[in-house]
Amino acid sequence: MNYISTLFPVYAEIFMLIMLSVILVLDVVIPGKTRSMTYLLVQVTLLGCSLITVATHEFGVAHLFNNMFVDDLMSDVLKLLTYLSVSMMLVYSRSYLITRGLFTGEFLSLVLLSTLGMMVMISASNFVTLYMGLEILALSLYAMVALQRDSATATESAMKYFILGAMASGFLLYGMSMIYGATGSLDIQTISNVIAHGTPNVSLLVFGLAFLVAGLAFKLGAVPFHMWVPDVYHGAPTAMSMFIGSAPKLAAFAFVMRILVETLQPMMIHWAGMLMVLAVLSMAVGNITAIAQTNMKRMFAYSTIAHMGFMLIGVLSGSIEGYGAAMFYAVVYVLMSLGGFAMIMLLSREGFEADNINDFKGLNQRSPWLAFMMMLLMFSMAGVPPTVGFYAKFSVLNAAVQAGHIPLVVMAVLFSLIGAFYYLRIVKLMYFDAPESHEKIYVQPDSALLISINGLAVLALGILPGALMSVCAVAVQQSLLLH
Amino acid sequence: MIFGYPLLSVAIWLPIVFGLLVLATGNDRNAPLARIIALVGAVLGLLVTLPLYTGFDRMTSAMQFVEMKEWIRHFNIHYHLGVDGISMLFILLNSFFTLIVVIAGWQVIEKRVAQYMAAFLVMSGLINGVFASLDAMLFYVFWEAMLIPMFLIIGVWGGPNRVYAALKFFLYTLLGSLLMLVAFLYLYLHSGGSFSILDYHQLPIPMDAQILIFIAFFFAFAVKVPMFPVHTWLPDAHVEAPTGGSVVLAAIMLKVGAYGFIRFSMPIAPDASHELAGVMIALSLIAVVYIGLVALTQADMKKLIAYSSISHMGFVTLGFFIFNAYGMEGALLQMISHGFVAGALFLCIGVMYDRVHSRQIVDYGGVVNTMPIFAAFFMLFAMANSGLPGTSGFVGEFMVIMGAVKVNFWYGFAAASTLVFGAAYTLWMYKRVVFGAVANDHVKHLHDIGAREILVMSVLAISVLVMGLYPLPLSEIMHASVNDLLVHLARSKI
Repeated sequence: MNYISTLFPVYAEIFMLIMLSVILVLDVVIPGKTRSMTYLLVQVTLLGCSLITVATHEFGVAHLFNNMFVDDLMSDVLKLLTYLSVSMMLVYSRSYLITRGLFTGEFLSLVLLSTLGMMVMISASNFVTLYMGLEILALSLYAMVALQRDSATATESAMKYFILGAMASGFLLYGMSMIYGATGSLDIQTISNVIAHGTPNVSLLVFGLAFLVAGLAFKLGAVPFHMWVPDVYHGAPTAMSMFIGSAPKLAAFAFVMRILVETLQPMMIHWAGMLMVLAVLSMAVGNITAIAQTNMKRMFAYSTIAHMGFMLIGVLSGSIEGYGAAMFYAVVYVLMSLGGFAMIMLLSREGFEADNINDFKGLNQRSPWLAFMMMLLMFSMAGVPPTVGFYAKFSVLNAAVQAGHIPLVVMAVLFSLIGAFYYLRIVKLMYFDAPESHEKIYVQPDSALLISINGLAVLALGILPGALMSVCAVAVQQSLLLH
Repeated sequence: MIFGYPLLSVAIWLPIVFGLLVLATGNDRNAPLARIIALVGAVLGLLVTLPLYTGFDRMTSAMQFVEMKEWIRHFNIHYHLGVDGISMLFILLNSFFTLIVVIAGWQVIEKRVAQYMAAFLVMSGLINGVFASLDAMLFYVFWEAMLIPMFLIIGVWGGPNRVYAALKFFLYTLLGSLLMLVAFLYLYLHSGGSFSILDYHQLPIPMDAQILIFIAFFFAFAVKVPMFPVHTWLPDAHVEAPTGGSVVLAAIMLKVGAYGFIRFSMPIAPDASHELAGVMIALSLIAVVYIGLVALTQADMKKLIAYSSISHMGFVTLGFFIFNAYGMEGALLQMISHGFVAGALFLCIGVMYDRVHSRQIVDYGGVVNTMPIFAAFFMLFAMANSGLPGTSGFVGEFMVIMGAVKVNFWYGFAAASTLVFGAAYTLWMYKRVVFGAVANDHVKHLHDIGAREILVMSVLAISVLVMGLYPLPLSEIMHASVNDLLVHLARSKI
């Protein structure tokens, strides 16, 4: 009994695992084609996890299982946002997946399993835990992309995703083993202590670091390790693209924080340079290539690449200010990305994907409200005030200026100007052009409500961004300072 | 707070709230309702700004009607509003033109009326915010946000090439704004964590940093003014925008750029301003002379007035960068006068365009025969545009020329050439359009302006004449602020 009560920081993970197993079994016996019961249970599980995470929160940092697992404010905040975005993704994609016969028990279990993977990643405090979380997430995602068995493109992109993802995991493991060789430990705190106070083999460390950064860049989709992103986003069913493009980015941010900042902070001089190259290339390739895209999902893929480059600027600033800004950026990005993909799904029907940019032509005449929401999302992605996307860019740039990276900031600004063009093009298509079809857009009431909340949140957080900004800043601050 | 309510906040948010109300009326079935709500919003929007004028203390250069609340604690950003003798007049001008635009678009706009009216009302509030902000980030948010409604106005209700013009307008101005944002971030860091514009005015900055800041601001504001090498978006935007859009662009949006120079560039980087004054004066004179000549050759009336705007705005920047009271006050008067005159001219062209659906000069001729009342109004505004004494156009130009002659005779000489070119291109256009024999059937079947148009035109005509004959009420408001600014500019901040 006593042992169980010491486990309370990990109650959410335990609850998730139990519910996941229960749902997996129950789903077999629950009848019905729309899986409403299973769906409800999944949403309840996510809600339950949120309540548990809030209830088990306490001030400070708790370590568990021999330092394998950490519970701090950053992990709590990121987990809550992960539950939220997974839950939003389910609401958005339900009717889309039902029409395509993909809303199955397997899908819902995989969603929960990948959520568990993200939770483990976010709370990892040891390379083994980190890797374990990452693989739970990645393997579920591969399976989710491949779920549409009879679609050649989906299968192809699942294959690509799997092979390249496995290679990235290999990179990560290789890097971790070298760091282990240099420091003799897999524990984040021990490694950080040895590097700061001991005499590890620096060239081995840097070599390991390079592999780690390459692996991270793969997972984030930063250039030149980005080639899988457009193919997977394009090929996978839109709901899966949305999932890959949302919550896992929060986990990836945690991953970057745990490895680069908490473990290898003393090596910052080395990794900051690498990240700078990744950031500049990502912004350049992402923004410029996105202009040439005619497929919405591909465009969003390149836009993701550019956004990840921008987020890395916050990390490479190497200050608490910068990490907080990067976290804020990741959160805002997830909010916008969910909305953007949701819009593609809302416009789609049976046998029609609505993923060509021309499908957005004249949306203002077909549905002014949806067009308005999409406009808010697009201006937010472009970083135009008064939307929250502006503050995300603003806080990252501010951190970079404080770190003295003025040329980098000017470059980031110029690339976001290029980026503004293709977001504006969507606004142009919706507002200035005549629609190609006048088919009525039918949107489920729950999705309609959620997209309205999502779009208005982008505006409301843009008018009053202070609270979310402070939450991110405080979360990062506490996690780093209390260690 | 005077009269029991926060004047500036109301001036900003009242039009925006009305804009959203108009938007809520939905599709064109409710167009009459949308128009009435928009009119009520515009009238109230103008009325709430009037106390700014009556309650204004003319003796002080300090900020008045100040409101200050914490906004984003994490970055020490405040909701900080206030006006001085320079910015207050532009809030009035803006609110006034919003009303004009709503009335002018009353019947002309037939599709998506609610969205059109809403865009103008929201934009009006945002522009008031630009002029009233005393916090750099608040300013930036309003500054960028006002692009969105204008982008939509040009793109949705504009002419055939509207998409190109709208995108060009947006991207050009965004480029400048983003560099300004970098400058703000530098100043935030340099000032130890403040976004207050008034703090920036007092902040000592080394010369090389001042130059960089000045250049960053230059891109933001020169694009908006627009100054000579970055002016090419304006003719496109003007030509394609609907009449209301052109009026607001000419009357207000261009002024925002010039306002930026005197609120940001010059007081924050005074040494760099002195250092680079030669370049600025050269660019201004090129705008005055060369763009004046370009205007002469235009076949499209809107394009002609657009180039004439660039040329007139050259006077404004010239007046700023000769650093004397004549130049500065002349420039400010020129800004306000140009707002009325260019706005009125675009309305005149809009009146003809609504009837004939052409902006080409060759499609007209002999309009006076069929539209005598209109021709009289048009005459007055054309005269004002060419700087005829007795109209508002004369006062500002004359003061700037006097100020320029004080600094260097040839500056004044070059600037004065506009009195010839300006008269040439405006009156020549007027002659070809209005006089002569009736050119074609379109002109033959024209009907003169109605009561609604006469009302709008008379208000503008009276304003132009009053400002030309008795500019004192305007100049006495700006006097204290201008003197204070000149004293400030004379001190080095290195």
